[in-house]
Amino acid sequence: MIKNFCLTGIVRFYLDGFRRMTVGKTLWKLIIIKLIVMFAILKLFFFPNFLAENFHNDQQRADHVFQQLRDRQNPQ
Amino acid sequence: MDGVGLATTVDWARYQFALTAMYHWIFVPITLGLSFLCAFFETLYVRSGKEEWKNTAKFWMKLFGINFAVGVATGIIMEFEFGTNWSNYSWMVGDIFGAPLAIEGIVAFFLEATFFAVMFFGWDRVSKGFHLFSTWMVAIGSNLSALWILVANGWMQYPAGMHFNPETVRYEMVNFWQVLFSPVAMAKFTHTTSTSFIVGSLFVISVSSWYLLRGKHKEMARKSILVASVFGLVATIYAGITGDESAYVNAKTQPMKLAAYEGYYKGETNPGIIALGIINRDKKPGDNQAAFAASVKIPGVLGLMAGRGFDKFVPGIDDLVYGNAEQKILSAADKISRGKEAIADLTAYKEAKKAGDEAAAQASLAKFTANQEFMGYGYLQKAEDTVPPVALTFYSFHIMVVLGIVFLILFIVFLRKAAKNTLMGSQVLLFVGFISFFLAMIASQAGWIVAEVGRQPWAIQDMLPVNVATTNIGAASVQTTFFLFLVIFTVLLIAEIGIMTKQINNGPKEV
Repeated sequence: MIKNFCLTGIVRFYLDGFRRMTVGKTLWKLIIIKLIVMFAILKLFFFPNFLAENFHNDQQRADHVFQQLRDRQNPQ
Repeated sequence: MDGVGLATTVDWARYQFALTAMYHWIFVPITLGLSFLCAFFETLYVRSGKEEWKNTAKFWMKLFGINFAVGVATGIIMEFEFGTNWSNYSWMVGDIFGAPLAIEGIVAFFLEATFFAVMFFGWDRVSKGFHLFSTWMVAIGSNLSALWILVANGWMQYPAGMHFNPETVRYEMVNFWQVLFSPVAMAKFTHTTSTSFIVGSLFVISVSSWYLLRGKHKEMARKSILVASVFGLVATIYAGITGDESAYVNAKTQPMKLAAYEGYYKGETNPGIIALGIINRDKKPGDNQAAFAASVKIPGVLGLMAGRGFDKFVPGIDDLVYGNAEQKILSAADKISRGKEAIADLTAYKEAKKAGDEAAAQASLAKFTANQEFMGYGYLQKAEDTVPPVALTFYSFHIMVVLGIVFLILFIVFLRKAAKNTLMGSQVLLFVGFISFFLAMIASQAGWIVAEVGRQPWAIQDMLPVNVATTNIGAASVQTTFFLFLVIFTVLLIAEIGIMTKQINNGPKEV
């Protein structure tokens, strides 16, 4: 098991691990940039949750989806 | 929105989902396969105490870590797409589809994230035994994460353990175990993981072959090939068994998909299988043209594969589209007609409820329930709409199978040569070994094309076609994000290849 198994030992384990990283530092930068692009740009500006943003409650959402089911049976 | 506009939105939403899924699938099979190989290498180190195995394990773990880091969260984009492009789908099946995805998130976080840190930070800081345990837990955890995703996908292919709630317009889970242990989910899990083990093994063989071609790190490369060949060989044999089971399950649950990937139009008792063929591009369901311009057929095998016997009738595309009274197969036209009745009865039920006419509502509900299983067909315009793109499905399936046979031979040859230590004189074999990973990627992606293109037109088999599953939005917004993803994914892929190549060039630490 982790030597000196206690909270400070675990914190030190992670801190030392991050400090000693070589290629890992580049990878973490890549992960952080990727997450920022995904959540702060793509999700925020390009991928709204259509039903959550356009309807106030589940009843309205259910009514909208039912309307879609009815209307798409015979597309013009 | 007009019909043409809607069709375009559906097409772009599908292209975008295919792009994100296929990009995500570059990383996943390497993770699933390489994680176990890292565990094998480390086990050899712990059992033998030899530093060379430790360095081998650490080297492959580094490449595993790069692949994991670049691939992590690329799957989340698909969840964004569900909410934006596929909101009808998300609403209707979110109750069922969301559960396995949520479990996957929890499993991934606790099993992978916790032990991942020990695996990378813990060398010389935790006991050998605990480090090895952590490496095994990363491998098992990664594959268990895959289980939940494949359960969700399996449910889309074979919806089980649910009922339709007309009040909420949602399919709701009534039996979690039926969802988890559905035959399709199990077949998908075993086949997908076993084929991913092949991809992981060929990744190791590819990099090791490159070293041997360059005359570098020879002993590490030979031993890596030895371990990867054993794992790959066992995985390929198992993938053959699970692939056969997948075909059998397809015959039971998605006979149209089976017929499409076999290019099989006219149903027969004890039919043969097309081993290789060139599709006749003019062939249409119901006509009398030959399905193939040229083909090699093996008698009896399709009957054995699909029916587990030599006296079974296996329906072809024509039987499934136009029906077969003798075999009691309903035509697609009949299903479409009953589907339209179901939609009309559901509409009548909702209107009666709104008007407060409970008796009329219950009468409509009873009529709806009788035809409910065909509701999805009510959105199709003609019987031929039930046929997926045959040529793409057929060729993808056959590319996958042929490459699977090539890999089997390759693992046997590599195992023999590595065991005899005669790899160095085999330049052609080493070149084939180098490109084998790229072939494995083609086979793996082709497998998903069979699974997903082969089940068209359905988002949820028989229940929800793709043209109803999409959000009522314009195609332009989906096009914009499609090209945005294309740019981002290309940049990320270049980053991965750059970092991976640099680390491969650096090589393992020599003893």
